[in-house]
Order: sequence, then C-alpha cells, then structure tokens
Amino acid sequence: MASHQHDENCKKMFALLSEYLDMELPDGACRDMEAHMAGCTPCKDFTESLKKTIELCRKYRAQGMPGPIASDARQKLLDAYQKMLAERPHSPRRP
Amino acid sequence: MERAAEVELARQLLEGKPEAFDRFVDHFRSKIFNYSRLMCGHHEDAEEVAQETLLKVFENFGQLRDPEHVRAWVFRIAKNACLIKRRKSIFAPQQEISLDELMPARGTSGDPMRIEIADWSSIPEDEVLRSELQRVMETAIAEMPEIYRSVMLLRDVEELSTEETAQVLDVNTDAVKTRLHRARLIARKRLDGYLGASSQAVEKN
Repeated sequence: MASHQHDENCKKMFALLSEYLDMELPDGACRDMEAHMAGCTPCKDFTESLKKTIELCRKYRAQGMPGPIASDARQKLLDAYQKMLAERPHSPRRP
Repeated sequence: MERAAEVELARQLLEGKPEAFDRFVDHFRSKIFNYSRLMCGHHEDAEEVAQETLLKVFENFGQLRDPEHVRAWVFRIAKNACLIKRRKSIFAPQQEISLDELMPARGTSGDPMRIEIADWSSIPEDEVLRSELQRVMETAIAEMPEIYRSVMLLRDVEELSTEETAQVLDVNTDAVKTRLHRARLIARKRLDGYLGASSQAVEKN
C-alpha cells in the first residue's frame, strides 16, 4: 500500500516538474514537491537532470551562424526603416 | 546581448536614431537565423526568413507600442515568416505526446519509480562534454515534434516568458506550459541516452 502511494506521488510530481523549476507553482504545491523530494532520491535526481537540461538549453548557441549581411540586403532594410520614419504620423525626430 | 540592451536599441530606433540600426540588425539577424534554422531545417531558408522578418520589422517598426516587448514582437513576425516558408507545417498533425510515454523507464529493483538515469554530475566541469552535449541538444531540438520545438526555442533558448510565448504562438499559457514540459523531457531523455552511452564507453575502456 505504501509503495503504491509512493508511485502515485512520483507521477503527480513528474507532471509538475517544469512548473516547479520555473517557480510557477503555488506555494502549497511547491512545498509538497519539496517534501516529496526530500524522501525520494530518484525524483530528486531526475529533477536535477531536468534542471541541467534547461541550463544547457539556455546556454545553447547556434553552431552555424549566418554569413555577414550583403550590402544590398542591408540597404533594403535601412530603406524600409527610413520610409517607416518618414511616413509614420507622429515622427518625434527625423534622422 | 542582454534584454535591456535590446530594448534600448529598439527605443533608439523608435526615436529615429539610426545609430542603433546596425547593432539591431546584427543581433536579431543571428537570433532569427538560429530560430528559423531549427524551425525550418535549412540554412538557406533560415537566411531568407531572417531577411524577410527584418524587412517586416522595419516596415512596421512604428507599430511596436512598447520597446520592452521587442523580442516577442520580432519573434512573432519570424514565426509567421517560417510558417509561410514551410506551409505544410500549418496543417501538420499537432498531437500531444502523453506524459506516460516520457516517464523514465522503471528499473528491476522493485522500487516503484526507480528511474534509469545517467550520471549528470560531471557536466559543469567538463568543457568537451559540454560542447558535445550542445550538439546532442541541437539534434534533440531539431528532431522533436514542431509543437514542442517552437515552445522550447522561445521559452528556453530565447528566454521569452510564458505569456510572451503564448502570444507569439497564438496558444494559451496552459498549452505553453504543457508543451514546454514535454519538450524538456524529450531533450532530457536524449541527453540522458548520450550520457549513459558515453559513461558505458568509459567503463569499457
């Protein structure tokens, strides 16, 4: 009976892990999670590995960056920007 | 570039100060390129999406009401440019993966939730492992279903808030949370598989 209880708690916790790590859980639910983890090493280890996954993702930087922008492409963007400035209703300042 | 610096560039451009133009273009061009390469899957498409997005951004810059929201605003335009590039994705099936499928495998010890987990403890110190893991992470993101990939790129790579991500993707915040959790579990599983395989290789040597 005790082991079944444990299984259900782990499942409940598993569903809420991201919200827990993002600090988006209400206080009560957050305390329940922490109480559960204090007594459940597999859940604690799993949470730690999910946290590291998120850290790696935040540090992820593209492997292949774009080449430098072509001068005609840059000019096209600058033209669009200047046209927008010229045409908008309340232009605070013209470049 | 920090978010505050990005907001400041947007503010300057809104005030009609073109000195900010080149820095803004360089910064967002890389970001959009990275996002659309993982969304569209092709280098050439990603370059085009970056240019088309920036063109729309500058044409409509006057409509950016609050420079604080510039990142989410740019990514909303980028997302639409990606969808146009890959029309079929609009009609692609968008089924959620159930959490049960992402639960870690149970071990044989009889413990009800004994999870199979690789050794994650050495990651912060090992630079070579970190860059290998970045590569595994990129593959994991590129190969996960699009509904999860789009959320993970915006929430965890671009660090938009839950609300901003919901606005960019036209879904509610609960859907963002549900999909983000699945995306992270998919990525974690992939990394765990890699770490498990590499630690076994070390043991054999």
